[in-house]
Amino acid sequence: MALDADKRSLKRQGIFGSGIVDRYFRSITFLLAIIVPILIIVLVYVLGKESSAAWFKFNWSFLTSSNWDPGKNDYHVFFAIYGTIVSSILALIIAVPLSLGAAVCLSELAPRWLREPASFFIELLAAVPSIVYGLWGIFVMAPVLKNCEVWLGQKFPYIPLFAGTPRGADMLAAGVILAIMILPYITSVSRDVIQAVPATQREAALALGATQWEAIRGPVFKYARSGIIGAIILGLGRALGETMAVTMVIGNMPNVSASLFSPAYTMPSLLANQFNEASNMQLSALTLVALVLVVITIIINIIARLLIWSVSSKGENKGAC
Amino acid sequence: MNRPPLRQAGLAFRRNLTNKLMWIFCIGATLIAIVPLGMILFYLLEKGLPNLSLNFFTQLPKPMGETGGGMKHAIIGTIELIAIASSFGLPTGLLGGIYLAEFGNNKIGGIIRFTADILASVPSIVIGMLVYTIVVLPRHQFSALAGGIALGIMMIPTVTRTTEEMVKMVPMELRESALSLGVTRVRTIFTVVITAARGGIITGVLLAIARIAGETAPLLFTAFGSRYLSTDINKPIASLPKQIYDYASGPYEAEHAQAWTGALVLVTLILVLSATARYATRGRYRMVR
Repeated sequence: MALDADKRSLKRQGIFGSGIVDRYFRSITFLLAIIVPILIIVLVYVLGKESSAAWFKFNWSFLTSSNWDPGKNDYHVFFAIYGTIVSSILALIIAVPLSLGAAVCLSELAPRWLREPASFFIELLAAVPSIVYGLWGIFVMAPVLKNCEVWLGQKFPYIPLFAGTPRGADMLAAGVILAIMILPYITSVSRDVIQAVPATQREAALALGATQWEAIRGPVFKYARSGIIGAIILGLGRALGETMAVTMVIGNMPNVSASLFSPAYTMPSLLANQFNEASNMQLSALTLVALVLVVITIIINIIARLLIWSVSSKGENKGAC
Repeated sequence: MNRPPLRQAGLAFRRNLTNKLMWIFCIGATLIAIVPLGMILFYLLEKGLPNLSLNFFTQLPKPMGETGGGMKHAIIGTIELIAIASSFGLPTGLLGGIYLAEFGNNKIGGIIRFTADILASVPSIVIGMLVYTIVVLPRHQFSALAGGIALGIMMIPTVTRTTEEMVKMVPMELRESALSLGVTRVRTIFTVVITAARGGIITGVLLAIARIAGETAPLLFTAFGSRYLSTDINKPIASLPKQIYDYASGPYEAEHAQAWTGALVLVTLILVLSATARYATRGRYRMVR
């Protein structure tokens, strides 16, 4: 009797209450969730298959020498790897001190009423699309940068970094625009990490007579170190994969030059410029570039996530329901 | 420990000086960080506003080099691309996230989480290449469908992970009380758990849409772009970011002006979406990245 009543009341619950939906709900959600790993497998398979021809033809020399000649069907991409790494490192050199300073300021020094709006502003800027940074980069930043470059070139002609004709659209421009783009990311992640440091750490240092800076430099940075490194590497990952803004300001020439004033190529900008018109071996070579890029960014991101996770998960309840 | 008093005074002075200098450095860094970002917004307004009129939203582009005209086709294209992307990206992400939160406390859940993080970090241009190979090549044409698929793939990991985090935050007691009343599991999830986590989930969805709305790189080889009004999902379609890129790369002043106005509209759209998203969950949940 009671069982019957139970069944009847279950029936009254409509579609969600019917046993069929309940039984298969887990399977349905599982089928959708499993799409993500399947996409990764497809991605690796497609990139691997399409790029194999180029890999078997050029082998390691594909990565180590710089000769990109569609006319002769001869493709070697060291110049793009070099451009990607140099522009990203340049961006980190500019952005890291600034964003760490800003993160400390926003989490430790700024008056309380200013912290939330300022962080909000910085997080909004992380949402500005890269095409807008690129637009600003070529029309506003590049002309200004060119003037700076002319000045630097005249004052320090003997430094190889400043050799060559200043153009405005070059390696330096790419580094600066990347720095502006990754600044909000590094700032907001490292601000979160610094705020996750228990107040007792600071208080203990201050109670021993440390100045405010000493309390930050010692206990706070030590506690948050791996998270901050993670934030920086996350910014590096963004910089490596960034396409549009860099393509618009880097000048797009297959060069390897010590000078910051020479136009260059990055891996994503090479893809953006040539993939549409490519066929056969060039297509295969470009796919290999994409594969190299994916492998690098995935490794970088895994490292970053592990580091951030190791800080922010301290003392947090991670149990799933 | 018996330092002369003079050295102690010197030491204290140096420590205080370092403290002050670092203060100044941090404040200076914050200001320097905000300047270029503020400048971008300033130039968007300065160069974009003069050209902004109703025509911009209601007219198609004039022939190359002529002034006037609008970006109606690109605005409609962006909306259509977002709709296609959401139509499969959102269900996949939302239900996938529910799976991870409710049933995903096992090895497979771990694998899905890990691959979602990897997918989120794949450069967007590579997603475009992937869709080019599996959608555009077999169909022999660029299409709105391909562009939507590329953007949808980019949505999935973000939506999955935010939904999971938000659903997990719902207290176990809520589920238990529903289940103990004899409510089935699915009904519990849809009426009790989702209702409680609604704000956070909406935030995640809006942020994902805001992100794909501004993406250009995955559209280069998929939706391709067009100067004409088109809503056919089997034809190439224009989008705001791609149109801005094309205009900015061209030689015409009139097109540059259009590019700035387009950027202003795009940024306004995206900032409104993200600000709404963050406002919706202000103080209730902490956003997860």
